[in-house]
Amino acid sequence: MNTPGQGRAGDVATYALGLGDDALVLAQRMGEWIASAPELEEDVALGNIGLDLLGQARALLTYAGSADGRTEDDLAYLRGADEFCNVLLVERPDDGDFAHCVARLLVFSAYQAELYARLASSGDETLSAVAAKAVKEVAYHRDHATQWALRLGDGTEESHRRMQAGLDAVWPYVDELFAADELEPGLPGVAVDPAELREPTVAYVSGVVGRATLAVPDVPAAPGGGRAGRHTDALVSMLAEMQGLARAMPGVTW
Amino acid sequence: MTTRDWPLWEVFVRARRGLSHSHVGSLHAPDAEMAVRNARDVFTRREEGVSIWVVPAAAISASSPDEKDAFFDPAADKVYRHPTFYSVPAGVEHL
Repeated sequence: MNTPGQGRAGDVATYALGLGDDALVLAQRMGEWIASAPELEEDVALGNIGLDLLGQARALLTYAGSADGRTEDDLAYLRGADEFCNVLLVERPDDGDFAHCVARLLVFSAYQAELYARLASSGDETLSAVAAKAVKEVAYHRDHATQWALRLGDGTEESHRRMQAGLDAVWPYVDELFAADELEPGLPGVAVDPAELREPTVAYVSGVVGRATLAVPDVPAAPGGGRAGRHTDALVSMLAEMQGLARAMPGVTW
Repeated sequence: MTTRDWPLWEVFVRARRGLSHSHVGSLHAPDAEMAVRNARDVFTRREEGVSIWVVPAAAISASSPDEKDAFFDPAADKVYRHPTFYSVPAGVEHL
């Protein structure tokens, strides 16, 4: 577990770090689609979504690092995988399958929409400001994923099958989004209780899944632990690429 | 072009209230709803607009370059069609 500082300020920083890592890791995953999406226009759309997430990550990591004097770059480029606090859903590889990307974005943006809507009224000024800006961005991400889920699910036989496979692949990682957070009870009025996000998030996603003629997967949850630094090999290889330049040439700017 | 390609859409953006929509370019999208969204990402990333129209490129009927002479040249020497004899009030930007 990565602890940016001690006491209440440290807890707020650790909370911000978890949310920031979610945004950073998914930003990197979205960036991997640039030049690989089905059409040029989709490269731009996914790239824009990634950049929105990167903006959220920068604000949150900067805030998290301010508790113990680290910069956003220190946190993004100089931590090992076991120091990252993101949920496992965002680090999963898409394996180049657009339907997997859509399924993950649908679930995660639905979760983020609920999270940021509540965090916008947080007693912490920085968190509420970040959330108030992000809530509009995430509404668009959710819409984009929704439009594609509807078209792929209610499209051809192959697109239906692959969209369902994408949902099946991401669903084991949904539970972790709503798992009890050891920090949250100590930050009343500042942090959002993840458990309260489950009902509205699942209701939104289930609504889209139904309209898309797909089925909500009935699969067991995968082990979580991302917030505590327990990650999959997928994050290790992703960070090797993301951090390669910064680690090979310390202090480099580009 | 194969039938698997997405159709082409012409995109029109209204830069701000009071102006008309202007053609800004074209893009591919599977249907009109996605075309509006793609246009948002491709053409209004930097606050270029407040409203977007998309039109199937195939639905636009255009004048032909071959007809250019008959269509446009006859207007060249008819100065009386131009309202050049009154002045535009200062401060009117979009007459």
